[in-house]
Amino acid sequence: MKLVAVSSCPTGIAHTYMAAEALEQAGKAAGHEVHVETQGAAGSTPLDPALIAAADGVIYAADLEVKDKQRFAGKPFVDVGVKKAVHDAPGVIAAAVAAVEAGVPAGAGETPAAAPAAAGPRAADRNAGAGTNVRKWLMTGVSYMIPFVAAGGILIALSFMLAQVAWGGAEGAIEVTGVDQAQVVAAFDPLSLQHWAVVLLATGQLAFGFLVPVLSGFIAYAIADRPGLVPGFLGGAAAGFVGAGFLGGLVTGFLAGGVALWISRWNVPKGVRGIMPVVVIPLLSSAVVGVVMLVLIGRPIAAAMDGLTGWLDGLSGSSVVLLGVLLGAMMGFDLGGPVNKVAYTFAVTGLATQGLASDATQYRIMAAVMAAGMVAPLAMALATTVRKRLFTHAEQENGKAAWLLGASFISEGAIPFAAADPWRVIVSSVVGSSVTGALVMASGSTLVAPHGGVWVLPLIGNPLGFLAAVVVGTLVTAAVVVLLKTLAHDPVVSAERAAEEQRDPALVAPSA
Amino acid sequence: MSTTTPLITADLVAVDLAATERTDVTRRLIELLVAAGRVTDGDGFAADVAAREAQMATGMPGGIGLPHARSEHVVVPSLAVGKLAQGVDWGAPDGPARLVFLIAAPASGDADHLQILAALARRLVHESFRTSLLEAPDAATVAEIVTREVVPS
Repeated sequence: MKLVAVSSCPTGIAHTYMAAEALEQAGKAAGHEVHVETQGAAGSTPLDPALIAAADGVIYAADLEVKDKQRFAGKPFVDVGVKKAVHDAPGVIAAAVAAVEAGVPAGAGETPAAAPAAAGPRAADRNAGAGTNVRKWLMTGVSYMIPFVAAGGILIALSFMLAQVAWGGAEGAIEVTGVDQAQVVAAFDPLSLQHWAVVLLATGQLAFGFLVPVLSGFIAYAIADRPGLVPGFLGGAAAGFVGAGFLGGLVTGFLAGGVALWISRWNVPKGVRGIMPVVVIPLLSSAVVGVVMLVLIGRPIAAAMDGLTGWLDGLSGSSVVLLGVLLGAMMGFDLGGPVNKVAYTFAVTGLATQGLASDATQYRIMAAVMAAGMVAPLAMALATTVRKRLFTHAEQENGKAAWLLGASFISEGAIPFAAADPWRVIVSSVVGSSVTGALVMASGSTLVAPHGGVWVLPLIGNPLGFLAAVVVGTLVTAAVVVLLKTLAHDPVVSAERAAEEQRDPALVAPSA
Repeated sequence: MSTTTPLITADLVAVDLAATERTDVTRRLIELLVAAGRVTDGDGFAADVAAREAQMATGMPGGIGLPHARSEHVVVPSLAVGKLAQGVDWGAPDGPARLVFLIAAPASGDADHLQILAALARRLVHESFRTSLLEAPDAATVAEIVTREVVPS
């Protein structure tokens, strides 16, 4: 068996290294390959990612918070504290082997503080509740997706900013999206700011193309390990193809992980065993996930979108405020998914109507839709700022980028939050976005541009009313999500908090 | 001081150290470090070691006590070794300590020094290393074994 471990201690000069040596020796004696990363005072050399990828399980013999813990996400682990590794390394190795054989990534609900006292593998590790595992799988997918959201979203926002200069005004943010990207790339002029803006936009959009596949792929990876990657990524791409958005990606992630795990447990003849991981599992699981997504889910989604669009068209005569509530709710529901797309397309299609007056309902609808689409990322950014403790570290980091993304009407900034905790985030997002949609309609704000966020503020009629509506919706969504998360017990967040509290005494100790 | 200062010399080794208390043993070893000019303030360093010891006892398997601290009172990374005439409880589950290693690390030790201390900690896990020290006849042999065996990997 291949194991990787991390050791650390308050002073970083004794236990860290004794634990490392003891684990390596005990592993060797028991016939296992053990590689230890010593996070001590002499600096630590990170484990080779290939070693981590090949490892069957992880040992945390760490009294400080493990650095870059997400590297080990999804692998079975034991968390024993450094002292136990020094005094009973063979026992720790045995516990790790047992955890690997149990096959389930261990529970995060246990606090490290309780760990050193435990004698063997902690029972809770292997019997982690189903809810805890689902959260961990989700968080694995989300943690890999977040850098794509941040990189892609910020590139797009930068493109909008640059476009203002390049085209000389707020229209730039609109112009930049109307350009034929292939043509610009083919005849790229390094002196043209417009070309630079287009290239930044194209790069950001490419990064966004990975959001759902990466989310789906790494959920499947967390469930089924490497065999889950191919069907997971493919399922995410299929979800994108049928317009199912990140909710579709969550479905394909779990489906792909489940199918791959199931197939990998088949009892197959010896001759076939060798080609299982490379050919059989990816082939069969991809076929299942692809067919399910394209055939079984794709058509109902397309039909539902048509139905919703027809229904919205039929509502044109009714109260504009009610329409604002509905469109706002749809924008906040799936953040770029099918429902969001119906509302957005409804608004953009209205813009194309010829000969509209400057205060036409179509322009008010566009303003309501854009304002509502800005609420979710801004609210998550606000919530992570005022209530850090309710969010994981990855979410807190993503919250910082979400300010810019929300201000730029890039709703995707909120996807990591919604994917990690769908119902609480979606409920709060829908509530706040519909408030914003209604307020914009009531205020009579108008917008002639299909996107751009604050970058097209000069194109907005009654910009103060627009901004006020965004602020109110943001406050509402942030308040609701904070309330819902306060009432809930999140195993992943609690584990991170426990690790921090464990670490605090070390921080105040004079010798640490 | 330069990195060539050896971690340990014969005058930092106390054989047949007679003491019955952890603090007493540590105190005697610190005196050796102060006498050698490696620690400037014995009381200050003792307080730092005690603080670390209070966090978690440093008794190690195989009859080892490993008090240690990074402290501003330390001039150069040093190791003082005490071979105890009688075992002293050092908080290890498998019994009292017969060999005590006091590690003194400067608060801002450079990587080379810290690598040597890391290598020492790793060597202590090996029974052969501990046995050779327990069986060493005199202070000079103890210092020689440590200097020879503890090389950064």
